[in-house]
Amino acid sequence: MNLKYIEPFIAATIHVLETMAFTQATAGEAYLKDDQTAMGDVSGIIGMTGKESSGTLSVSFTKNSILAIVSNMFGDEITELNNEIKDAVGEITNMISGQARQKLEEMGKSLDAAIPTVITGINHSIKHITTYPIIAVPFSTDNGDFTIEICLEEEGVSLRRKIGRETP
Amino acid sequence: MEDIEGRAMMLKNIRILIVDDFSTMRRLIKKILTDLGAEDVIEAENGSNAWDILNREKVNLVICDWNMPNMSGMELLEKVRADETLGDIPFIMVTAEGKKDNVTAATKKGVTGYVTKPFNAESLRSKIKTMFANAGKEK
Repeated sequence: MNLKYIEPFIAATIHVLETMAFTQATAGEAYLKDDQTAMGDVSGIIGMTGKESSGTLSVSFTKNSILAIVSNMFGDEITELNNEIKDAVGEITNMISGQARQKLEEMGKSLDAAIPTVITGINHSIKHITTYPIIAVPFSTDNGDFTIEICLEEEGVSLRRKIGRETP
Repeated sequence: MEDIEGRAMMLKNIRILIVDDFSTMRRLIKKILTDLGAEDVIEAENGSNAWDILNREKVNLVICDWNMPNMSGMELLEKVRADETLGDIPFIMVTAEGKKDNVTAATKKGVTGYVTKPFNAESLRSKIKTMFANAGKEK
């Protein structure tokens, strides 16, 4: 996976939260993730497929961050991880994927997306659909942190090989 | 002030059907429409449910997602446009699918307006306003 393909996901995440939830999110440094444990309490996952590549995007929110984000979206305070929160995480994941894929298309990479699924629970697992390396990008907001993970395989070339590690 | 009243008048006497598999989006769109003066907003969670409603009730405007289980927004749009009775209903696609191919495909199938998620209230309002203005010119 070419690292330039990570940027659209970062930009899309910031744009979606700013537009729909009036929330400023700041991206930290991207890193390679070696396990499947989610970095939050509730995660949205969406599969993406195209002619030349396929992959997954996941978005994992800590409880505090997603409660604040969805409260902002609705204009009502929400205090527990209920079905409304799960539904909102699915839609946020869907929008981030859509925005990112729009930008990827401008870069010559066309991907379609499936319907997202949502998983909750402390230390829940996220299984990306391929064995290719997973890039994680942490974000911070005034009300807590969240992390996006991108796993994109491209014509058999993995990012891990490109940065000098062993290909899985 | 005049513009706000105009918006309220525009939506007050029409029935709007919101179709989206995510209740979050239905709730957000409904809030925007209500703030704009809409009083009769109904919901469906996929194209199939929407199709049933359209064949049962009078609807003046459809605001529809693209990716949904059971029946997608595009499939619903095709069925609506192919139907003798329902064919002229204004149909706005509100979707995360913003790729050029998607917009072109929806336009070819007769979509009235296309709004890409994420969106703010102003962009949806503007699309509805343009749609009504164009409808007025056609009369």
